[in-house]
Amino acid sequence: MLITRLLKNDRGGQVFLALLIITLIAVPILHALPESNALHLSTYAVTLLGKYLTYALLAIAVDLVWGYLGILSLGHGAFFALGGYAMGMYLMRQIGDRGVYGNPELPDFMVFLNWQELPWFWHGFDSFPFALLMVGLAPGLLAFVFGYFAFRSRVTGVYLSIITQALTYALMLAFFRNEMGFGGNNGLTDFKDILGFSLQADSTRIGLFLASGIALILGYLSCRAIVVSRLGRVAAAIRDAESRTRFIGYRVEYVKLAIFTFSAVLAGIAGALYVPQVGIINPSEFSPLNSIEIVIWVALGGRATLYGAVMGALTVNYAKSVFTAALPDAWLFALGAMFVLVTLFLPRGIAGLLRRREKAIPPTPPSPAPAASEAAS
Amino acid sequence: MRFALLVLMLLPGLLSAAEIETGDPALDAAFAQIMDNDFDVKAQGVDALVASGHPKAVELLNGLQDGSLRRYTRTDRLVWAIDGDAGYAIRDVFSGEDLGVESSRKVRKLPINNTVRGRIDAALASLDLNSPDPARRLAAVGAMLAKPDPAAIPQLRTLLASETDPAVRALTEIALAVSRLGNSDADERLAAVDALAGRLEPTVRNALQATADHDADPAVREAAQHQLNLIQQQVDHYALLETLFFGLSAGSVLVLAAIGLAITFGVMGVINMAHGELIMLGAYTTYLIQQAMPSLPGVSLLLAIPAAFVVSGLAGIGIERGVIRFLYGRPLETLLATFGISLVLQQLVRTLISPQNVPVENPEFMSGLWQINPVLSLTYNRLYIFVFSLIVFAALFMVLKKTRLGLEVRAVAQNRAMARAMGVRSARVDALTFGLGSGIAGVAGVALSQLTNVGPNLGQSYIVDSFMVVVFGGVGNLWGTLVAGLSLGVANKILEPWSGAVLAKILVLVFIILFIQKRSRGLFPQKGRAAEG
Repeated sequence: MLITRLLKNDRGGQVFLALLIITLIAVPILHALPESNALHLSTYAVTLLGKYLTYALLAIAVDLVWGYLGILSLGHGAFFALGGYAMGMYLMRQIGDRGVYGNPELPDFMVFLNWQELPWFWHGFDSFPFALLMVGLAPGLLAFVFGYFAFRSRVTGVYLSIITQALTYALMLAFFRNEMGFGGNNGLTDFKDILGFSLQADSTRIGLFLASGIALILGYLSCRAIVVSRLGRVAAAIRDAESRTRFIGYRVEYVKLAIFTFSAVLAGIAGALYVPQVGIINPSEFSPLNSIEIVIWVALGGRATLYGAVMGALTVNYAKSVFTAALPDAWLFALGAMFVLVTLFLPRGIAGLLRRREKAIPPTPPSPAPAASEAAS
Repeated sequence: MRFALLVLMLLPGLLSAAEIETGDPALDAAFAQIMDNDFDVKAQGVDALVASGHPKAVELLNGLQDGSLRRYTRTDRLVWAIDGDAGYAIRDVFSGEDLGVESSRKVRKLPINNTVRGRIDAALASLDLNSPDPARRLAAVGAMLAKPDPAAIPQLRTLLASETDPAVRALTEIALAVSRLGNSDADERLAAVDALAGRLEPTVRNALQATADHDADPAVREAAQHQLNLIQQQVDHYALLETLFFGLSAGSVLVLAAIGLAITFGVMGVINMAHGELIMLGAYTTYLIQQAMPSLPGVSLLLAIPAAFVVSGLAGIGIERGVIRFLYGRPLETLLATFGISLVLQQLVRTLISPQNVPVENPEFMSGLWQINPVLSLTYNRLYIFVFSLIVFAALFMVLKKTRLGLEVRAVAQNRAMARAMGVRSARVDALTFGLGSGIAGVAGVALSQLTNVGPNLGQSYIVDSFMVVVFGGVGNLWGTLVAGLSLGVANKILEPWSGAVLAKILVLVFIILFIQKRSRGLFPQKGRAAEG
């Protein structure tokens, strides 16, 4: 009942969710086929798909703040990485005494650095529920504190973009330090198992893939719930005319803060699902380039559609996998050209192209705020 | 090119082509001793050579030390040998006769051990003490002060007796005073301590410290400690100056990197994420010009300044005409598009030149130290770059304030519609302004090539910093950029000693983030209606 209400007037979303559910059912079946079968899906492919799904979830999180709230965050990679680190810390604690140094209490890199005991912020991460809590809490808290100050002092537009970039850059520098206690340069890796299941096992891989898919469905629906709610309508009003919304009497900063924090939590969950599938988390996930790449997924797919963000994430990452394997030198050219061409010729992304064909749904007004209100920031 | 290099290598040899007269029995004996395989005999030979006061002695001793003075086994005579592709080009020491090229087996190195090496050092120093050039005498005394040698004390006394140059006299007295600290007479030691007041040389400080710790007489100990404290105050004072200099130097680099952005972002309001790559283009221009004229690093560096301005400026105009002008009024889209351009430029450099860092040479005048006193020395490259950034700043300031273009730029920035109504061709002004800002970025690249590694990622590491400087200083305000850049540089260097370089950087970033929250228009917000939008 609720779901039909959420997906009313969202043809793209209906198609996307249908396709996603079919994929979630088909992939385990195809994987179970004997290897000789032409349709057999390797474990590698399943993991790759799972990774794409976490990227898609991240893209939805960015689309929620950029497409519906008008905040171009260049720091969402930081929330993704924080969620990833929280999960990575749980996985590190699960290694136990199977590490290279065989220390039951300390992860390898701490033994290597001659640390005597576990730092205080590592306590509790041996419990999965606590780790899950931190997956949401760490990025959420950061977004809340950061957003509280930024939105309250009305930092908007480009300035906000640049300080989000500075935020992720500062975190990257911080996590590169060995003294931080997060493995420094090498990050956290060499994971063994999750909830007692070996990470190398095919069934675990399938399980993680399904978990990512379900998280994506839930993430999509919850974003959709926000978008169609009163809150979502106020958000769109803020995007299109911030001052006017404020003058009407809405507390703009609280609306922004709520949605921004929710989006950061979503990004954190995506990161937490990403880490066990790729098997490593290191500070380069914080690099500004990663964050800005997420933005181009959303821009390519089409802003303010949610399913467009998913399309963008899948398209760009598939292209990346193909390019970096076949023509590693050409990837940055392609990515760079994508940035330029999409902004110049495809301001509404792939979703905009699709929408033009089906006239049933009236197009939403273009999202970029007029120059005057940007300058007023 | 290779020929020129060969001539340069041969030059010292050609200059010393004058022969050495043989026949003096004492001198002949000295040469024979030097060629002897017994190190003690060889050391005696060195002393004998010095004692003879021969005008070529310094050259011969240097040759012995660096291995260019060798024994030719066919004639068993001393030769000057220059290493070449085919073997050694050799020349007789005494007759000056060119003996052609000989294989290394026939041109034997004269082996020396540490004893002989020490003797040569001492001999060279004492020869320098008698040099007619006061600068060399000063350097020789300085060397003796840095490495005190009891054997040299009598020589210093003799020098003091005849010395006329006041600087050399003063330094010699210090060196003697250090030796007097070991005197058995307490008054003598006390006088020595007083004579050492205010000297910053590490040897003096060590000697005073030893006296303060171990001297038998408490009065002497106390006096030494007192002088040490005074010296320490001075040292701290100079250390602060040095930190300040490093900070200003780091800040001037920031200013250079950010000042182009102050034009494109501050004046035009264009978010140019490719700004760092325009800096990188400037640095690579320097590299390419140096590759074209490898023998003249100084000239090529000076040539690189206008060249980098043109290269980056044209690239900037291309970016503005090709992409940015379609996106005016849509800053977030501009940000994304220019970021794409930055990726393309990085990859272009990787593909066309090299994915690795490229070596950029420092010309002679850029390397070296300006030794102000024993505890304070400034590197020339940082000094020049500081001055350079001020010159660039002043030039840019003049362009904006005094030229027609500057007037038009400011007019368009303040009120585009009105400027157009007055006949300003705003599209042309946009392109030229962007070109100017980009060209300045290129010039910054030339300066950076002298300080850091030049590689495809050069620009990336400066882009966040540059934006921070511009936003911190106040958008649209050149003075703000200057003050913000310099103060951030100094803040960074002051934090560094107790927090480490990375943490200092993080702290500064966090500070700026907080600062923007508080005053989102920067240190010096633009006043007037333009800023209210």
